[in-house]
Amino acid sequence: MPDQTPAHEIRPVTQEIPERFIPVPTVEPGHTFASVTDHISAIVLRKKMPFLWWVGLAASCFGVMVLTATIGKLVLVGVGIWGINHPIGWGFDILNFVWWIGIGHAGTLISAILLLLRQEWRTSINRFAEAMTLFAVSAAGLYPALHTGRPWYDFWLFPYPNTMTLWPQFRSPLMWDVFAVSTYATVSALFWYVGLIPDLATLRDRARGNVARVIYGMLSLGWRGSAKHWFRYESTYLLLAGLSTPLVLSVHTIVSFDFAVAQLPGWHATFFPPYFVAGAVYAGFAMVLTLAIPARKMFHLEDFITMKHLENMGKIMLATGLIVFYSYCMEAFFAYYSGNNFERYMWINRVSGPYWKMYAMLIICNGVAPQMMWFRRMRTSTMGLFTVAMFVNVGMWLERFVIIPTSLHRDFLPSSWGMYHGTRWDWGMFIGSMGLFFFLLFLFVRFLPMISIFEMRTMLPEAQAHPEGHEA
Amino acid sequence: MAIGKVRTGTYGIIAEFTSPADLTAAAEAARDAGYTQMDAFSPFPIHNLHEAVGMKSTGLSSMSAIVLIGGIIGGIAGFFMCWYANVISYPLNIGGKPFNSWPAWIPITFECTILMAAFAAVFGMLALNGLPMPYHPVFNVKRFDQASRDKFFLVIQARDPKFDLDTVWKFLEALHPREVIDVPW
Repeated sequence: MPDQTPAHEIRPVTQEIPERFIPVPTVEPGHTFASVTDHISAIVLRKKMPFLWWVGLAASCFGVMVLTATIGKLVLVGVGIWGINHPIGWGFDILNFVWWIGIGHAGTLISAILLLLRQEWRTSINRFAEAMTLFAVSAAGLYPALHTGRPWYDFWLFPYPNTMTLWPQFRSPLMWDVFAVSTYATVSALFWYVGLIPDLATLRDRARGNVARVIYGMLSLGWRGSAKHWFRYESTYLLLAGLSTPLVLSVHTIVSFDFAVAQLPGWHATFFPPYFVAGAVYAGFAMVLTLAIPARKMFHLEDFITMKHLENMGKIMLATGLIVFYSYCMEAFFAYYSGNNFERYMWINRVSGPYWKMYAMLIICNGVAPQMMWFRRMRTSTMGLFTVAMFVNVGMWLERFVIIPTSLHRDFLPSSWGMYHGTRWDWGMFIGSMGLFFFLLFLFVRFLPMISIFEMRTMLPEAQAHPEGHEA
Repeated sequence: MAIGKVRTGTYGIIAEFTSPADLTAAAEAARDAGYTQMDAFSPFPIHNLHEAVGMKSTGLSSMSAIVLIGGIIGGIAGFFMCWYANVISYPLNIGGKPFNSWPAWIPITFECTILMAAFAAVFGMLALNGLPMPYHPVFNVKRFDQASRDKFFLVIQARDPKFDLDTVWKFLEALHPREVIDVPW
């Protein structure tokens, strides 16, 4: 009947809709509550893992052993095994700390900010990205803990009444860092665990072995899916998202204060907080793509992590990459406009000094490579996205290298100039921290559902409850 | 063996449905029929179902209040910590700045606010929901393991003043469930 025609169909269609205007689904059609549940929980509950998983676990386990060995050497000998010297007192330790913590930002951004913005496509990648956040923060946390040289005294960083009657110096950005990173790790873990509770209940009910049933049962806290529980649960989840949003922005802001509060050309700049936050999101999305593209192939998740997800992540990478590149331009402009000799020299030395190759590679990785994301063909090709993401991973590491040693190595007086290179222990610890990150990630995909099952159920068309349409 | 009081008899009667629309309709029918002690179970949150099973709460009210209180406590405690340590207990002259240089403590105050608010949110939610509770009578129903997959359940408890085994059974049967099962304690 004509009066029942929906408004959007009244206008006559005069031409075929171009393919690019047809929305790509966030879940491939044909799935039901049962099929989504069974597909995702089967990845965890099956007995045999793919061969590639074992290869990855073994390789990353080797990385963990390298890490253990380098930490052992560090504890026995001290930070002298690293390449740090005068004037470069900060080297790989802070560099890798900032790199890892930046990577961690995508997880909270996807789970909290995209939730508040009602970006439904986040649902199939949020769990995975949150796990990535936790493991990246664990890898990051190693560095400040170890760079003190005597990690067994690290508890002095925490304020507690002690027999020395000393207190931490709370005006120091390094103390802000302690609070920011530990709060971030704690709140991310809480957010992740709260999201896991209903899925752990699903695994409890699906698991066949008694050990698995008891462990998942304990972890699920006896969740039974009561309507009253769901109501409070959803409120809590939304509130946690609201709390995490300013938190995630504050963490990299405070990390950037480590530099910006210091009075050193190349660090002392007001645009550091937004520059760092954009860089963190950029690095994080690159890492999510780096991990999600192989994972969806290995575990046959193409139905849940569709091209739409990958393309959207590519777009975010492009947007944040442009902000990062703009910041590089601003850095040059501020150096010129400051009228300060040391500021100008810092920038000229950065671009044409002994580390000019690093700067050139940085511009290729972070300035040129993301421009590929303007092209739809590149955004919708897994190879294209993966390649650009790898460039970004390297580029963001180079960015921190360019910020840290090149600002330090030409001190105000030429008599105190120096050069910095990482030693094999520096590189060993960096490779080791990657090993730790991937090792935890491989264990995560083995023992916990890497896609939020209950949120995927809500994405299905049959989840829409309309009692009016019900014919009793 | 169970410790303490062992309860026997019936906890209630549970009906299994196959779609969220059926469950919502059934819960509303039960509410309209005057039942008050009931609960619905679903594999994902269903909008407004909590009101149909008799939970009087609108918006985010109770959880928001808990989180707000947690955040205020965290903020005050965080600021007090910095102020007490760096002004009262161990004053240090940093570049001739005043001891009470409060802007430098804002980052830590902010982080403490978020931390306490997040703890309040999670533990408040668990406390109000009565979790962890590894044992619950509904788990005695064998089919209930489908509640975390693709089935929907409505239980009317025996402590409901209107509860009568045969009437409730017939009432639930009339709602076109997949099955009606009684739940032992």
